Amino acid sequence: MEHMPPMLAHLNELAAGLFVVVALGIVATRQVRACLKFFVLQSFFLASSALLLGLAASSAHLMAVAAINVGAKVVLLPWLLRRLLKDEVYTRREITQVVSVPISLIIALGLIVAAYFFTLPWLDAVSATGACRINVPVGLTGLFLGAYTLANRREALPQLLGLLAMENGAFFAGVAIAPDLPLIAELALAFDILVVAFVVGVLTRAVHEHTGTTVVGALDELREGGGE
Amino acid sequence: MILVAIISIPIVAAVFSAFSRDNRTPGILTLASATAVLGLSIRTVSMLLSNSGHVVVGVPHWLAVDALSALILLLVALVTFTASIFSIGYMDFEKSGGVRRYHVNFNLFVFSMLAVPLIQEPNLVWVAVELTTLFSVLLVGFAGTRGALEAAWKYVVLTLMGAAIALLGFMVLYWAAHHAGASRYSWGGLAVLSPKMPPVLLKAAFVLILVGFGAKIGLVPLHTWLPDAHSQAPTPVCALLSGVETTVVLYVILRLVPVVAPVQSIHADTWMAVFGLVSVGVAAFLLLAVRDYKRLFAFSTVEHMGIILVAVGLGGTAARESALIQALAHSVTKSFCFYAAGSVLLLAGTTKIASIKGLMKRSPVAGAALLFGGLAIAGAPPFAVFLGEFSIIRTGIAKGEYLVTGLLVLFIAIAFFAIMNHVSRMVFGAADDAEKALEAPRPLPNICVAALLLAVVPVALFGVYIPEPLGNLITLAAAALGHGG
Repeated sequence: MEHMPPMLAHLNELAAGLFVVVALGIVATRQVRACLKFFVLQSFFLASSALLLGLAASSAHLMAVAAINVGAKVVLLPWLLRRLLKDEVYTRREITQVVSVPISLIIALGLIVAAYFFTLPWLDAVSATGACRINVPVGLTGLFLGAYTLANRREALPQLLGLLAMENGAFFAGVAIAPDLPLIAELALAFDILVVAFVVGVLTRAVHEHTGTTVVGALDELREGGGE
Repeated sequence: MILVAIISIPIVAAVFSAFSRDNRTPGILTLASATAVLGLSIRTVSMLLSNSGHVVVGVPHWLAVDALSALILLLVALVTFTASIFSIGYMDFEKSGGVRRYHVNFNLFVFSMLAVPLIQEPNLVWVAVELTTLFSVLLVGFAGTRGALEAAWKYVVLTLMGAAIALLGFMVLYWAAHHAGASRYSWGGLAVLSPKMPPVLLKAAFVLILVGFGAKIGLVPLHTWLPDAHSQAPTPVCALLSGVETTVVLYVILRLVPVVAPVQSIHADTWMAVFGLVSVGVAAFLLLAVRDYKRLFAFSTVEHMGIILVAVGLGGTAARESALIQALAHSVTKSFCFYAAGSVLLLAGTTKIASIKGLMKRSPVAGAALLFGGLAIAGAPPFAVFLGEFSIIRTGIAKGEYLVTGLLVLFIAIAFFAIMNHVSRMVFGAADDAEKALEAPRPLPNICVAALLLAVVPVALFGVYIPEPLGNLITLAAAALGHGG
């Protein structure tokens, strides 16, 4: 990982840049369906980075990680969500946010800068070079932007995608700093993502059937001193 | 082999429950599975002890138990056993549909909780912790009411958000271990390597994991989901969630203690003491305000997780040992409290504290159980929680940590007053206008009474006498928390 061929290093930077751009897309988009598309693209760029780092280190292991990511998040996950939540995904409709889009983007830019400065001491501590210097700050950015999406959205599916985007962020850092996790751990992690999608999908459906809406932000009965 | 059996049995039970034809078989399967797991767990502990605390290996490098994981394994098995008995009575009484669905989820949930202490590879442990959320979330929303679905949603979103933060923590931990020259990533290996890891990375990993998994054990400020989830779930599930799921996740944080505590610049003790104290304090004041008795016990879980963290944060073997005694006491007592609360709910049909009065006159069994549970969890002598809290406070004073200990005593006292104030109002007092609310359709099912009677034994026993093997196990586990291995 330390000595990447310049070509692969540049491509990895490109993948990292696009990873952040689509994360911003998840923050800013107004449609449920577009949110899902941005998430799939983000997973694709994550897999690209794993593949490029795998090529650089001639690591079959990282290439397998890339393949697992494509299989689980680019192919299976959208399929599963479409099956579980047909109306939710296919209806073209606008979704509301707590904070307006322009202000959200300014906050998001602040988070990107914060992620960079947070990770600087980590990188200096191990005098990291090469891909680590790109993937770690971008990974933390992904985590932050996912968390922001989660806080800012009131709809079930965008909240789920915010969660999964957070995990994508952790993985984006992971492919550079933990490149040789046991394959069984990688498979378990991919399986876990699918279980997340399934469980949250089933729950969303139950909420939809019960309340006629998927605006989970409106569920606020349970609290201390509440009337229930 | 025995460890492989322990984690496979619940899966087998889940599969058979899914295919059973009638509504009685799944409950019996769950009970049989829980009994087998309890038996095998006790056997594992005795193997461990007869081998002077050496690690029992299931699959080399992947599945193994040392004293600390054996203690957690035992707690999970014990509470699962009583919860599976209570489940039968509860599901019978409720006459609700979805018995099969309930038991499939129940067994999968138990599987994930057993996997956490047994697995040695930290990333797989992370997956197991995430599975504890995923398999329990549909149980939290089981009732299908607006409240239950809301609780399930908050639960899944907040804890998975925490888990994603913790995932980055585990990645950074791996980075640090790799930098220190690790060839294999396991709990034991991490503790050995920690002096060579870059302290900055180790600190980042520890804080990320503490905050991330802190959400799952209800540390303030990410505790808001906990009283919702732990009160909306079916009663036996509440017992599992509050009694052992929190303890299991706390175990993962404790696993990091021997890794981070020796490195002075991390100040791990301070982090844990501060997080713990804030949680105890906030929980104590919220306990005063609750109006729902299941939420009362849920907030008390936030309080107790805080107490345990403070105890670990005090540092030293004596403090760690008392923290583990407290964890043991909390698990057995809190599960009993929820069985008591669940019995009251079955009879009264409401969880509002204000609509229940004179319980003792209406149903002596439920009333006595609630009073007993309330006293035990609030920390009245001579129960197990009292023993734990007392030894924590004694250690704190002996170490000269007067501020921390003083605040802890104050918060525990407030919580005690709050819990007893609510409980005594429900148990005693005239049963005037409560007559209607408590028009019990049927008496409490015998099987629920049996679960109560079984669950009360350790609550009463551990306060006055901890059996010698268990005492040895706690001592060994506290030593494992101290320095490597």
